[in-house]
Amino acid sequence: MADVAVHEPTVHGDGPDDAHGDGHGDAHGTHYSSTGLSNNKLGMWLFLGSECLLFGGLISTYMLYRGRHSQNLGPDQLWDIPFTSSSSFVLLMSSLTMVLAVSAAKRGDDRNTKLWLSITALLGSLFVAGQVYEFTTFYREGLGYTTSLFSSSFYTLTGFHGVHVSVGIIMLMALVGMITKDRIHGDKAEVVELIGLYWHFVDIVWILIFTLVYLIPA
Amino acid sequence: MTGDPAHDGTAADTHASPASHDSSHGLTDMGYVQVAVALAIITGLEVWASYTDWLGPAFLPILLVLMIVKFFSVVLFFMHLRFDSKIFSALFYAGLFLAVGVYIVALFTFHFFDG
Repeated sequence: MADVAVHEPTVHGDGPDDAHGDGHGDAHGTHYSSTGLSNNKLGMWLFLGSECLLFGGLISTYMLYRGRHSQNLGPDQLWDIPFTSSSSFVLLMSSLTMVLAVSAAKRGDDRNTKLWLSITALLGSLFVAGQVYEFTTFYREGLGYTTSLFSSSFYTLTGFHGVHVSVGIIMLMALVGMITKDRIHGDKAEVVELIGLYWHFVDIVWILIFTLVYLIPA
Repeated sequence: MTGDPAHDGTAADTHASPASHDSSHGLTDMGYVQVAVALAIITGLEVWASYTDWLGPAFLPILLVLMIVKFFSVVLFFMHLRFDSKIFSALFYAGLFLAVGVYIVALFTFHFFDG
């Protein structure tokens, strides 16, 4: 593990290559821990680990309460699988555009980085729009937030996920603006990668939600 | 350490070309597209499985396996966890396993009090 930690930054060209060799920073202004790993990246992975607990709790709650609904307002009557599958496909493809943005950022290609980030934000917005449409449809059919334990746990889980996607879109657009105005002080590729990690996390949570909530029959 | 000055972690490595960068830290762009295509196909299989009765009792295990494959494809390739430091993996998997543990405990607790 230590071997990986020491070698990893140097191979990628973003490691602790500071002139003093104290492992505290580099020419990009990125700070590194004593392991040779970026503090920012360590912090992001720690955050994502804690987010697993948040969504783990929400998914668990839904799975426990999914059968607690009235006869005519359950998953079997409400779900529109073709529509949700399309939304899932859109979010999945946004992960591809995000990783292409990270790849372009590592090449120092600002133009393509901004392009892929903008497409990712657009795909994310499409997903959120689909979720708003879905929520509106369910509400019109009589499924309010407090209608049943099923509805409360469903809206809480998917709503929290939707908020995370929305926050991701704001971060992506802010990043595009900052790259355009050259306002990023430090390692630009790492900043794009960190936001990419957050975006991919939002995607993997949806992979779980799509299967566990929508595809597995109640 | 390879003994090769170009790969021994010296300053020379910090100026690796974009091509070597891609191959040493994750996939190439075409590799990412291939992973995305695989993910799209698996999603299609999941949806098909949910509409057919052909799989019978194997439906649920197959669906869960497909979900896990998709999950780890994104984590390992798109999030670079396969190529990054094991410390990042430890941080993420600690949260993940704890979350799964919490679910299992909650499930058993509910069944215990229901019974």
